[in-house]
Amino acid sequence: MNAIRKFDLKALVASVILYSILEGLIMADIIGPFWELNIILICINVILATSLNLINGYTGQFSIGHAGFLAVGAYTGAIITVKLGLPFELALIVGTISAGALGFLIGLPTLRLNGDYLAIATLGLGEIIRICILNIDYVGGASGLMGIPRITNLAWSFGLMIFVIFFIKNFKNSAHGRACLAIRENEIAADTMGIDTTKYKVMAFTLGAAFAGTAGVLFSHYFYIAHPASFTFMRSFDILTMVVLGGLGSMTGAITGAVLLTFISAYLSDFPEWRMIIYSITLIVLMLRRPQGLFGSQELSLKMFKLGGGKDGGNTVTGK
Amino acid sequence: MDMMSFLEQFAQQMVNGISLGSIYALIALGYTMIYGIIKLINFAHGDIYMLGAYFGFIATSYLGLSFVPAIIFAMACAAIAGIIIERVAYRPMRNAPRIAILITAIGVSFLLEYGMILIASPQPRTFPAVFDAEIYHLGPVVVNNQQIVILISALILMTVLTYIVNSTKAGKAMRAVSFDADAARLMGINIDRVISMTFALGSALAAAGGVLVGVYYNSIDPLMGMLPGIKAFVAAVLGGIGIIPGAMLGGLILGVVEALVSGFLSSTFRDAAAFGILILILLYRPSGILGKNVREKV
Repeated sequence: MNAIRKFDLKALVASVILYSILEGLIMADIIGPFWELNIILICINVILATSLNLINGYTGQFSIGHAGFLAVGAYTGAIITVKLGLPFELALIVGTISAGALGFLIGLPTLRLNGDYLAIATLGLGEIIRICILNIDYVGGASGLMGIPRITNLAWSFGLMIFVIFFIKNFKNSAHGRACLAIRENEIAADTMGIDTTKYKVMAFTLGAAFAGTAGVLFSHYFYIAHPASFTFMRSFDILTMVVLGGLGSMTGAITGAVLLTFISAYLSDFPEWRMIIYSITLIVLMLRRPQGLFGSQELSLKMFKLGGGKDGGNTVTGK
Repeated sequence: MDMMSFLEQFAQQMVNGISLGSIYALIALGYTMIYGIIKLINFAHGDIYMLGAYFGFIATSYLGLSFVPAIIFAMACAAIAGIIIERVAYRPMRNAPRIAILITAIGVSFLLEYGMILIASPQPRTFPAVFDAEIYHLGPVVVNNQQIVILISALILMTVLTYIVNSTKAGKAMRAVSFDADAARLMGINIDRVISMTFALGSALAAAGGVLVGVYYNSIDPLMGMLPGIKAFVAAVLGGIGIIPGAMLGGLILGVVEALVSGFLSSTFRDAAAFGILILILLYRPSGILGKNVREKV
């Protein structure tokens, strides 16, 4: 236990240092507005990827409707600040809670399904959420909700990202998290061991949805606008890709996937017509070469770099 | 709205729905066959349908073919494309985790969409009119000859498919592989060849759907396959995934419901209706209308 705390402390110090470096570079104008935008986008994507990893990677429930919850967070957050004129902090809380509540309502019936059926159901629900928003005139309908103040900055997004990462990491190591892992490994066995599988599946789904809502609030308060077109199933695929690319069930994998794909996207923005083609070829080739993702279900650690050192190092290389 | 005009409107929407639904059914057939045989939700299937529409476009406007040769040309080209995609992107992943294959399918889908944008520009193209538009009045209901052509072509293709699957040796092999791949392999069936053939058949049907949509709406664009692709999957699930008559039925029901929703409610809710049906069917009858309930075994 002590060792874990010590590790947490080290990680926290490291992230504060990383934050100060980034903030310093932005202050000193070494990082221009374009990369500042992308760093904030990375933070948002990391929140999305780690929260989806909680559902898909740890609990093994195949959800591909994450963009729907992102949309709910983005829109409720914007309603709080723009329509009601209330502070951003409240928007974050309400956005998170409402996405979580919707996740709970959706999760309760749909999580009875499994595998591909759950995937398609969540995909459909994500689209239904988007189409409903599209038809509500109060939030601007098809033209989107405009005039949102830019409140999200590096401090907010980085801080919340660290919070979400630590929350999910600690959740995974808690009794609840272990129950989720047991469900992923074998649902029937978990059930026989007395784990209330429905409860834990819904719990993981609700938490994942809630954090997607947080990311949504950050998203809409950075880009001035919440537009239905930003929350299509393509966006859900994007998030799923980050998680699978990094390695399903690996926290560091999800983070790496989010960082890597956001960087690839940003770098390729100079070649708009080639961007998606290079992106998709990268995706196919990576999946063909490493179907278990970059890290498999392992966590990135210094051990991995010791070639042939110990069984841990060996496991991550095999698989193909 | 009084009763009479309601009925007229209803009948009209039924006609529109059936013609749209038979196109969904054609795409759904490919989905259901591919899912039945390798348990893969082939997200790229909607883009094969788009490819088919473009092949049909090439055949009619550059090669100057008439409708029937054009649709056969498009089906043949799409079948080859389907075989290539399976060989390059899916076959090396036969033993990979399912989600990795799914991501590959998404990648292939992006590649086809944006590759087509690069080659053919993102602008929609006008599909040449292969028939003179004729409109028939059946009482108050208006039917145009494109709708009739769609229905007849879809019926012919489905009959041919049913014949292939039920009465030929190749079809028997396909059914065997989808029933139990390992046992089929032990019986000396070349599984790889059967899977290739399934992709070829499925892609050809999707391409026929693409050409028919081009004829129906006169407009095709590189992203046209995204939504119909997903909806056709809904249709396949609705009828019972892996079941061929189920995909036809699911497609027709989906088309009719969409037409009714856009006729009586609002066309913006059309897509929500499709997904709403999906959720309902998944919650109450996950094996689909024609599917059998399979008990979970430990």
